[in-house]
Amino acid sequence: MVRIIHRMMKNSVEVRDLVVRRGGREVLKGIGFTIEEGSVTGLLGPSGCGKSTLMRALVGVQQLTSGSVQVFGEEAGTSALRSRIGYVTQEVSVYDDLTVAENLTFFAKVLGVSGDKVDESIGAVDLQSQADQVVGRLSGGQRSRASLAVALLGSPDLLVLDEPTVGLDPVLRRDLWKLFHQIAARGAAVFVSSHVMDEADRCDRLLLMREGVIIADDTPDGIREKTRTDDIESAFLSLVEDTGDAA
Amino acid sequence: MNPRITLGVARRVLTQIRRDHRTAAMLLVLPCLLMTLLWWMFVDSPVQFFDRLGPGLLALFPFIIMFLVTSVTTLRERSSGTLERLLAMPMGKLDFLLGYAIAFGVVAAIQSALAVALSVGLLGLDVQGPIWLLTVVAIADAVLGSALGLFVSAFATTEFQAVQFMPAFVVPQILLCGLFIPREQLPPVLEAISNVLPLSYATDAMKTLSTTSATGDVWQDVAIVTAFALAALGLGAATLRRRTP
Ligand SMILES: Nc1ncnc2c1ncn2[C@@H]1O[C@H](COP(=O)(O)OP(=O)(O)OP(=O)(O)O)[C@@H](O)[C@H]1O
Ligand SMILES: [Mg+2]
Repeated sequence: MVRIIHRMMKNSVEVRDLVVRRGGREVLKGIGFTIEEGSVTGLLGPSGCGKSTLMRALVGVQQLTSGSVQVFGEEAGTSALRSRIGYVTQEVSVYDDLTVAENLTFFAKVLGVSGDKVDESIGAVDLQSQADQVVGRLSGGQRSRASLAVALLGSPDLLVLDEPTVGLDPVLRRDLWKLFHQIAARGAAVFVSSHVMDEADRCDRLLLMREGVIIADDTPDGIREKTRTDDIESAFLSLVEDTGDAA
Repeated sequence: MNPRITLGVARRVLTQIRRDHRTAAMLLVLPCLLMTLLWWMFVDSPVQFFDRLGPGLLALFPFIIMFLVTSVTTLRERSSGTLERLLAMPMGKLDFLLGYAIAFGVVAAIQSALAVALSVGLLGLDVQGPIWLLTVVAIADAVLGSALGLFVSAFATTEFQAVQFMPAFVVPQILLCGLFIPREQLPPVLEAISNVLPLSYATDAMKTLSTTSATGDVWQDVAIVTAFALAALGLGAATLRRRTP
């Protein structure tokens, strides 16, 4: 049922048979999935399973071994896509020695968007009172929000966020997830990774990943139903046992 | 390439330098202090060593300092993830490199103007050619240093390694550039090597400026130094990969 509904929506991202080798090891082992516009898709899996690698492939900065990644019908990484994707790397990628506002003004210039967007993005991540502070002297959570603000600047059609809520307090996490859903409601596709399973229920759809393979691709409810479990953490463990048996 | 982005990068780099007071002070004051030290060394000497060595050092300082500063800053940019983010944005590789070259060119211009003014005005360095041309040569040297620094930063994975490139890339050039012994007096093999090292032409230009008022040869040397800098920037662009393994 759910799958049929998915087909009717437009796909922002289509990944097929994606294999990526890093440092001589196969990190992604033939992955395929789609991401629809207007939804928040979560990528959950334990540390080291290949989440960041997959996200890098979507934004076109990862060398692929085989398979294809299509974004808005084009090969990932083509120049036309660069202004349509917002990307937050896992490590905070803003300049420590500039203020929040200076960082955003610089990235706004690169993206060719107006100064209004700078204030808007700072507001969206709730950093107004830190706008004129140097990023290096902010707290870890404030810095990661500064990094997130950069990705919001260009009003992207695809937002790729690598663990954006790590180290944030519950109130702020709730606010950010609300923001992700607002962005999705405007028609963008939001792709968020996390290794904490309790964020699963905030996603419209989940991809569970383990050791470079996607072991589940459904709504949170769908996954619970199929595994007959109450929470995603148990569902994940149950799926791991199943795939372990199969292998 | 897009001038808006190129200038945006240049402005950002300049803001970062301004924010870091210690680096900014070192960039501007250090060459002046070193020139003063050199002048002081020979103040009682009957031979005019300061006039002989001074112009070469005016070429050397911007080169060395910019090499170090650029290789470390761009390495930081590579390892902090900001480069990955920029390359996922609509930023041309040349925008990035030229932005850096422009920013460090501006710093070098101020740095050299100060060092030249001090050397010629206060310390009595004897220069035959036009003094503004001395500054032009120094800027070209600084851009060359930046360009080489950008290039080698691609081969370093830590800041520690980046600093090690200084003795590897820069010291041989200093030894062979004609500062210690005229290049014609080097063994033929070393002379041939010095002919393909950019710093040799930078030093030649400074030497010519200090001894004659004819500027034709100087412009030729400046052109050669600029060509080296552009080639290094081109190689630097080739090492900036959007897709990494
Ligand atoms: N630059 C690299 N070179 C070689 N191997 C790498 C590189 N980066 C990551 N890997 C390997 O690829 C695998 C997947 O890494 P990745 O960063 O995608 O994991 P992740 O799921 O994002 O983990 P985490 O939740 O800890 O961020 C890991 O086993 C890691 O060792
Ligand atoms: Mg990761």
